Amino acid sequence: MKIIDYSDRDHYKTQAFQTPFHERAAAFNQKHCWGRWKDYITANTYYDTATEYFAARNACSVFDLTPMTKHRISGPDALDFMNRLVTREVGKIKPGRVGYTVWCNDAGQVIDDGTIFHLEEGVYRLCSQEPQIDWLMTSAIGFDVDIVDETHDVAGLAFQGPTTCAVLKLMGLEGIENLTPFGIAKFDLDGFELTVSRTGYTGDLGYELWVAPEHALTLWDRLFEAGALHGIRPIGSEALEILRIEAGFILAGVDFLPANEAVRPGRTRSPYELGLGWLVHLDKPYFTGKRALIKEKENGSRYVFAKLNIEGNKPAHQSFIFDKRQKFAGTVTSAAWSPSAKVNIALATLEAPHGKPGDQLLAEIYYQRELKWSRVMAPCTVVEGVFWDPPRKRETPPPDF
Amino acid sequence: MNNSRTNSNGGYDAIVIGAGHNGLANAAFLAKAGLRVVIVEKNPWIGGASVSRELHEGWIYSNCSYVCSLLRPEIYRALELAKYGLQVVPYGGSVTFTQDGNYFGSYVDEDVSRREMARFSERDADASLRYHADIMRQCRFIRQFLLRTAPDPTSLKPFDVKEMMHLGREFWKLGEDTLGDLIRFYTMSISDYLDEYFEHPVIKAAYAGSGIIGSALGVMSPGTAYVLLHHAMGEVDGSIGSWGFARGGMGAIAKAMAGCFEAHGGEIRTDAGVEQIIVKGGKVTGVALENGDEVHAPLVVSNLDVKRTFLQVMDEKDLDAEFVTKVRNFKIRGSSGKLNIALDGLPEFPALRGNPEMIRGDMHFIDSIERLERAYDDWKDGSWSKDPYVDLLIPTLTDPTMAPPGKHFMSVFVQYVPPKLTKNGVKGCDWTDEDRDAFGETVINQISKYSPNFRDLILHAEVRTPRELEAEVGLTEGNIFQGELTLDQLLFNRPIPGYAQYRGPVKGLYMCGSSNHPGGGVMAAPGANAAREILRDLRKPNTVPEGWLDD
Amino acid sequence: MTDQNKAPNAGKVVIIGAGHNGLVCAAYLAKAGFEVNILEARHEVGGAAASHEFAPGYRVSSTGHLLYRLDEQVIKDLDLASHGLEMAASDLPTVALGSEGRHLKIHDDRITGEDVSREDRNAFMAYRERMLRFARIISGLDDKIPPRIASGERADNIGLGRLAWSIRRLGKKDMREFLRIAGINIYDVLEERFENELLKGALSLDGVLGTHLGPRSNNSVFTALHRLGGSVNGKQGAVAIPRGGMGAVSEALVKAVEALGVSILTGAEVGHVEIENGKATGATLVTGEIMPADYVISCADPKTTFLKLIGPRQLDAGMVRKVSNVRQKGNAAKLHLALDGLPKFTGLEAAQAGHRLVVAPDLEYVERAFNHVKYGEHSAHPVMEITIPSVHDASLAPEGKHVLSAIVQYAPYGPGSDSAGFEAQVMETLARYAPGIREQVVASELLTPNHFEDRFGNIGGHWHHAELALDQFLMLRPVAGAAQYAAPVDGLYLCGAGCHPGGGVSGQAGRNVAQLISGLDK
Repeated sequence: MKIIDYSDRDHYKTQAFQTPFHERAAAFNQKHCWGRWKDYITANTYYDTATEYFAARNACSVFDLTPMTKHRISGPDALDFMNRLVTREVGKIKPGRVGYTVWCNDAGQVIDDGTIFHLEEGVYRLCSQEPQIDWLMTSAIGFDVDIVDETHDVAGLAFQGPTTCAVLKLMGLEGIENLTPFGIAKFDLDGFELTVSRTGYTGDLGYELWVAPEHALTLWDRLFEAGALHGIRPIGSEALEILRIEAGFILAGVDFLPANEAVRPGRTRSPYELGLGWLVHLDKPYFTGKRALIKEKENGSRYVFAKLNIEGNKPAHQSFIFDKRQKFAGTVTSAAWSPSAKVNIALATLEAPHGKPGDQLLAEIYYQRELKWSRVMAPCTVVEGVFWDPPRKRETPPPDF
Repeated sequence: MNNSRTNSNGGYDAIVIGAGHNGLANAAFLAKAGLRVVIVEKNPWIGGASVSRELHEGWIYSNCSYVCSLLRPEIYRALELAKYGLQVVPYGGSVTFTQDGNYFGSYVDEDVSRREMARFSERDADASLRYHADIMRQCRFIRQFLLRTAPDPTSLKPFDVKEMMHLGREFWKLGEDTLGDLIRFYTMSISDYLDEYFEHPVIKAAYAGSGIIGSALGVMSPGTAYVLLHHAMGEVDGSIGSWGFARGGMGAIAKAMAGCFEAHGGEIRTDAGVEQIIVKGGKVTGVALENGDEVHAPLVVSNLDVKRTFLQVMDEKDLDAEFVTKVRNFKIRGSSGKLNIALDGLPEFPALRGNPEMIRGDMHFIDSIERLERAYDDWKDGSWSKDPYVDLLIPTLTDPTMAPPGKHFMSVFVQYVPPKLTKNGVKGCDWTDEDRDAFGETVINQISKYSPNFRDLILHAEVRTPRELEAEVGLTEGNIFQGELTLDQLLFNRPIPGYAQYRGPVKGLYMCGSSNHPGGGVMAAPGANAAREILRDLRKPNTVPEGWLDD
Repeated sequence: MTDQNKAPNAGKVVIIGAGHNGLVCAAYLAKAGFEVNILEARHEVGGAAASHEFAPGYRVSSTGHLLYRLDEQVIKDLDLASHGLEMAASDLPTVALGSEGRHLKIHDDRITGEDVSREDRNAFMAYRERMLRFARIISGLDDKIPPRIASGERADNIGLGRLAWSIRRLGKKDMREFLRIAGINIYDVLEERFENELLKGALSLDGVLGTHLGPRSNNSVFTALHRLGGSVNGKQGAVAIPRGGMGAVSEALVKAVEALGVSILTGAEVGHVEIENGKATGATLVTGEIMPADYVISCADPKTTFLKLIGPRQLDAGMVRKVSNVRQKGNAAKLHLALDGLPKFTGLEAAQAGHRLVVAPDLEYVERAFNHVKYGEHSAHPVMEITIPSVHDASLAPEGKHVLSAIVQYAPYGPGSDSAGFEAQVMETLARYAPGIREQVVASELLTPNHFEDRFGNIGGHWHHAELALDQFLMLRPVAGAAQYAAPVDGLYLCGAGCHPGGGVSGQAGRNVAQLISGLDK
């Protein structure tokens, strides 16, 4: 079953489609606060963003990620193709494993980031924010591969939080506790196949659950049944936004501009400029952008991606960043108050050479109290690690709560 | 607007020939600067090709130009056109009908649009993002030159050197890749260009139409990618590439400009066709009207196309022979026709299965590049296209002012229609009324293939070939841009190298029509740019706005 | 075996393809002290600059049959005359074949013929002079590495400045005219100047021969200028027939390179370029044998070089897309006739049979001929450039017999290519001007772009390897990012007609690449 059938001539009658979980999600959505994510309607918030956020950090949370773009890549040259496409060595992602990666254009500028699921020997699923079929087909010239957009063939839930492992055990996923971070396991759930990956976008213990759309409601029901005593709660994109900033994850279109959509010169970023140099494996065979990235490595980057710890409690959305001599140093791309770290945090793009850990900068923040706008130059520090990094995220087996 | 003869013998600082939108804009800016300006217009109505006319009782036709996008917002604002009654309402969407009874639509909502494209090709749906980004890059570059006078690359005058350097700097700023694309964009055919993005023939055909509108070029002719850009660089309310309807028809634009002009003391004389521009002692001194009157002023601005200006209303002996040859060689080719139709009701398009959005925008009936190109082959052979490209709009679905409730006005732009016909192997035959009607029938048949009840709804149809367009509006060969948009007639080459700064070859003579940079499309930029140059020559304060830089 | 002047051991070079550019490049590099090996897939050398025997005793130039832009510096530097290159005829006039024998003869800036007006004659003198001058702007770039735009490099800026200066130096009037017409079509330019239909038809051929353009297609002025830029024996715009056909150019080049110690391996098809860590280290034959080198030079067409020899795996995906989009579908076919006597063209004196004869009776005819190929069909009424080289060179045919060589347009590349049906139409067209010719034919062949692809390995069978047009010229030829001969892979260079300055037997790409490589160490 395809959730959306592109061949339907009357598709225009539906401006945004319901995910296979919609019926259940709608029952929870007391606020009727829906948003659009590509082709679909998804919840911005169900009940209260703070409550949802703490479900993810304190118990367990369910986020509908069906709209995530998914491409399936297979065929004799699948591995070679993937290696030429992305910056990291895909050969090291063994079957049953997942790897985070970025891919670049010729100039070494990031087109998108995403995860590679090595589903079975030689079969990959690439999950990304933006559709990539044009770029994938272009990259496929000279490779014997099959590329299929399976966005609408797979339903997915992100199940994140400290009690998730316990809940999945209760649900009957035998041995789930042995699944290591970035591992994939398949289970039989009521006679259908459930794929579980220990991945997520929250920087915490968590899993992503993938099923065929027709089994989506069963999955939801079984999950909520099992999680009832473990604080399970559906969460919307607003809570997820805070979770991912705490985890230091970037978002396409927010923290960087996908290179294929850039119109103005100089607006795109390389992996090095997004703090993702660790994903660039210059010692592997040629991949798109490699020559440009070698050059950048020799000559230095223009920008530095930085995580900022900002004094005070005024959220630094869209702030300009200055150095101590009040000279422009960059801009904030994402900001949040971290409810777990109890720190005012932000992700920022700074002009090199700013952005070294420990650098002291100033964030120009405009804020409003009872309709009165004020401006503050809040001192901030470039921090090295992420703002939330619990050991359970790495532990196998993970603790039960 | 009046026919008064007061002040007929002078007291004017400038005469503008032709009350087209560029003439009106030019005159308005001059009047704003304090000049006493008179516009002389041959027709009893104003607007030139930007006109609304009641040609069937109760129906207002935009019988020439029919949609608005290129009109520069800077001019809109500087001339306070809103205050003088202009309202531009954007419309979205378009549809291309296919021969197998299907259609390909484009929607205002980008996700719906993407899914519609995916109905034909998922890859094309994704590639369209790359396509639009690439087009936008080129639009951003060209848009900043619309309200600037093109520099003369052969000149060492400070202005030209300064502007050349500006052009060079902006050029350089694009970076190597975009620059390479720019050269490709200005020299490639739209068909080859689209091949680099899309795979589905219907999608290519849907995009390619903008590459030929108003041009005597085929989709496979190098140079048509630019013509597409010309249609994509406009905007409505900051949305680049959007098109809108002028409420009340395109005449509303002329009417608002005239309102502004008259509010600043300007005078418009209709039924005042110019017989000749009077030149004495190497300077213009005024114009002699067809009715025998003379109007005098030290400055004459012609809104007529360059051929009409120099070959019809000027005496050749006042001009350099070489210049006249260049004017003769100016390419202003008739390639379009138009049907304006009053409808008793809304025609049905069965392929749409009641889709209400598709009929609100542009409707097209050619579904492949090859069909588009063959339509051009007919033109080359001196015949109207037997399988014509049609840009059909029903403005009354958006604008309630143009027809009685429930009735409709339909504007049908047709490509290709030659200025002269080849009959029985004889080239250059004039159009006859019978030819015109046969052409109209070809178009009605084309539409009827997709709308069986369309023909029965026709209450009145005005069929316009290049002959009618030239006779009535005065556009030579009926060319809607007052000259082809090819490399030899763009920027500093438009209309004629060395005369691309709105100044004519005789002192006191200026040109402000679309024959000049940046060309046609109801932009008003040539009129505004000419006004700026005139005011510069007169050392008067400039009233013409600068282009808004969008970062 | 080594040349006396040769500097020792400058490096090892492998050249893929023994076309004329490869040979020229090899000669210059050998002179500069490089050890050069040429690998040629076929058993003959010379690539498309070849002659072949298509019927026993009858030989013709396999593709182009007129020499008009062979770099004169190359002829001198490589001393091709002493290696046997000789012109059987130079400075051939053109005869525009008219109906009922009413022909026009065009030579230099003079036209003779009954139907041409004095105005046209005068206009032609001015036109010819101006076109030759404009052509020198284009040909002035021939021996330069194309500058990149906005690269920020000084050398590039100097190159662009030099181009701008060469245009400026035309003077105000001509500069304006150049900027006006350089980007447009030959149809409009001719219509502006001339009345005589036959004259316009014949002149339009300069803009469309060997291209996918009709006279009305913009770009066709540019291609005409490209064609008029060359010189023969110091005379710009002249055309010549080499003794022995075009293959004689290659033979002379082979002798020249062999004298310089270059080795040519025939039957050596390269499978791919060997690349290690982003650097070319040699060429691997399809047999698996590796030919190591410090520099690898590919004379193949751009698609073959990038997509096959380098391979997408060593390239950025965007670059692969750009190369895949290179337009290189040929439209020129070649008719070869073995004749048992000199054909009689109506109204043409026997002495004129050796001229360049063109069938292009008017602009509309040429444009209509082009129409078909847009839709993948061959022309119903083709245009032709005909030579009868045996008039000048008795070695090409048995005594008293003749060969006719004609470039015929337009023939599609791909499935629409039906040479049998096309040949009948070509013969019918030819017989209109030479009514008895059918009876004189002893043997014939018609080679279409598909044949050329099979024979010479250039994808698309295009004579220029890549369509010659403004969007595929100078810094965009074959694609931006590889237009300065250096491929994106270190140590690998492009050197064929698909590179600057394009096709026609010129040897300029070969010479430019050799100078680029020998200049690297300095």
